[in-house]
Amino acid sequence: MELFFQQLINGLSLGALYALIAVGYTVVYGIVQLINFAHGEIFMIGAFGAFATWTIMGRPTGSPVATSLLFILPVMLIGGVVASVAVAVAMERFAYRPLRNAPRLAPLISAIGVSVFLQELVRLFFGRIPGMPDAKSDLAFPSISGISGASVQMGGVLIRASAIFTIGALVLCTVFLWIFVDRTKTGRAMVATSQDADTARLMGINVDRVIVSAFAVGAVLAAVAGVAQGLTVGNIGFRMGFLAGLKAFTAAVLGGIGNIYGAVVGGLVLGVAEALASNYLGTTAWKDVWAFILLILVLVFRPQGLLGAKVVDRA
Amino acid sequence: MNKPAFKLAGVMLAVASLAFAGCGTRTDAGAGGGSGTKVATIGVIAPLSGDLSALGLGIRNSVDLAIQQANKNGTIPGWTLKLDAQDDQATPDVGKNAATKLASEDTVVGVVGTLNSSVAQSVIPVLNAANIVQVSPANTNPTLTQGTDPANPTRPYPNYFRTCTTDSVQGPFAAQYLLGAGIKKVATIHDKKAYGQGLVEAFTKAFKDGGGTITDAETINPDDKDFSAVITKVKATSPDAVYYGGEYPQAGPLSKQAAAAGLNVPVMGGDGIYDPKFIELGGRDGDLATSVGAPVDTLESAKAFVEAYKAAGFSEPYAAYGAYSYDAANAIINALKVSLASASDAKSARQATITAMADVSFDGATGKVAFDKFGDSVSRVLTVYKVDGGAWKAEKTGELK
Repeated sequence: MELFFQQLINGLSLGALYALIAVGYTVVYGIVQLINFAHGEIFMIGAFGAFATWTIMGRPTGSPVATSLLFILPVMLIGGVVASVAVAVAMERFAYRPLRNAPRLAPLISAIGVSVFLQELVRLFFGRIPGMPDAKSDLAFPSISGISGASVQMGGVLIRASAIFTIGALVLCTVFLWIFVDRTKTGRAMVATSQDADTARLMGINVDRVIVSAFAVGAVLAAVAGVAQGLTVGNIGFRMGFLAGLKAFTAAVLGGIGNIYGAVVGGLVLGVAEALASNYLGTTAWKDVWAFILLILVLVFRPQGLLGAKVVDRA
Repeated sequence: MNKPAFKLAGVMLAVASLAFAGCGTRTDAGAGGGSGTKVATIGVIAPLSGDLSALGLGIRNSVDLAIQQANKNGTIPGWTLKLDAQDDQATPDVGKNAATKLASEDTVVGVVGTLNSSVAQSVIPVLNAANIVQVSPANTNPTLTQGTDPANPTRPYPNYFRTCTTDSVQGPFAAQYLLGAGIKKVATIHDKKAYGQGLVEAFTKAFKDGGGTITDAETINPDDKDFSAVITKVKATSPDAVYYGGEYPQAGPLSKQAAAAGLNVPVMGGDGIYDPKFIELGGRDGDLATSVGAPVDTLESAKAFVEAYKAAGFSEPYAAYGAYSYDAANAIINALKVSLASASDAKSARQATITAMADVSFDGATGKVAFDKFGDSVSRVLTVYKVDGGAWKAEKTGELK
């Protein structure tokens, strides 16, 4: 039983990470019907932004726990968010907006191009920024006292502080998203645009701004996820966004693409399924097989995804 | 390794050397002149520029040393040996061009190289077609000598030999080391790639034969970052060590995450994790790795080589593969003693040199140098390294029995 709860915690931590990234796919899809395959790279940029901020701060290590948690980590998070949002907004402006009225396939291909471009950009040029190490191979992510390596023992179950950070970040972000979408003007404008962009424009909504804010919201969560992954696994690399992005996209589809809460649920379900399957259904080699069997079953019996709208008119 | 400037320089060099090759004036040896000595060339194919050039230049200089000694001692009466070193830039395509160039020169009778197994894969066929013997000081990929099916080894190229040990003996050596250290319960993890899977299979067989228990056999995806599910599963079987088949980008974080999850046992791997980057990415004190060969500075047999190398005044150090390259060149020279004795020109002695390699046997810088029926070195010396104080330290050097 201890093993079950341990794997459940592992799965929730992994799933929270998927969920944080999945929100970005789903928000953008809901508004412009674009599957933004470069979103995994925004997650990667967030991690590198946080790493760069830490380097600029003079690589503080071994600070007291309070300083680490109340100062160093928040500053790193802000650095990551700034980098992610800047890149996401630029990406929207230069790679997607010119193709807004092009056939659907054009922005999709553009997204794949942006993805490769951003990976190579980090690989080749991160090390050229003064003071930054070469990023051609994986870099060790900074240790934050109080999180890296720390853990809480509950019975036979070991809960790592990084898991608490990831799951906590997901809970906070979900609450903020709910407030943002339901209670703010921009949030309501986003809902309106996703329902009918042309009518929303007639009602005086600046659709361009709404689209930019959708990319920005997704980027904020992706940056948080980037830092969370760095803290959990201890390293970052220019290719980290590829598989994570693919899994998060799967989570978004599983939960019902276009639905923010669906992305959260989909991420958690996918993470827990992977962790439990690696323990109970064959060896760990089979975890992805079971995760995708789950996806197929959900799509066969509930094509709109777990929380998707009843009527599917897109995708 | 992909610096454009180097590539451009390489291309220009290649163009220039092609232009000059057209003027070839060296192949007048044995043309009936009464001068007495004929010329045979030993080529080198190794990375002489780029990130790996420290290793490549060490190979070139060590071969140069062996050739100088042979000429000075008159090892092969009536013949003068020459060196022709070609840059492969650690790239298969460039290596292939270098091999083609060497194969087209009539005096070339043997080649020492390459550094990288991937480059060897494109160099060997070219030299094999020209019947030129090739001896590598550094290729560890077992398929180069044993073919792609480990259960049913067949030698793909009769011209290819090597003086270093291969990956296929690392797993059993690691198993012996752990059993010797009193560790009887080990969990294995590999990354599903040929190198990692091969290591784990060889390790598992030897470890079980030696009386050990494999508590759990798991795999990861090379692209995975979060290994907590695997570690939790492995931890539940309470092993005394984890044997990992794969490379340091995954092994470092795996070791770090294992410690964070409360699995405080050493992680052991092959030469794929024997790298400072492993420690940087999370490898802990106590983690272990095997690597081929012995650290040269500790070898009694290598003393003469090290002294001669210093005396020769090369501007670059002999690096990791110097002693193996010196032995590789001497293996070729030993074979040439037989094949050139009755030959009228170098080119006609090529096949005879390959045949003579099978009988080569002498005491070299790295120990006994001789080859089995696949062309692999009969010496199977390996070293276990341990992370100690944040750096790799040689722990134990030995021979696989």
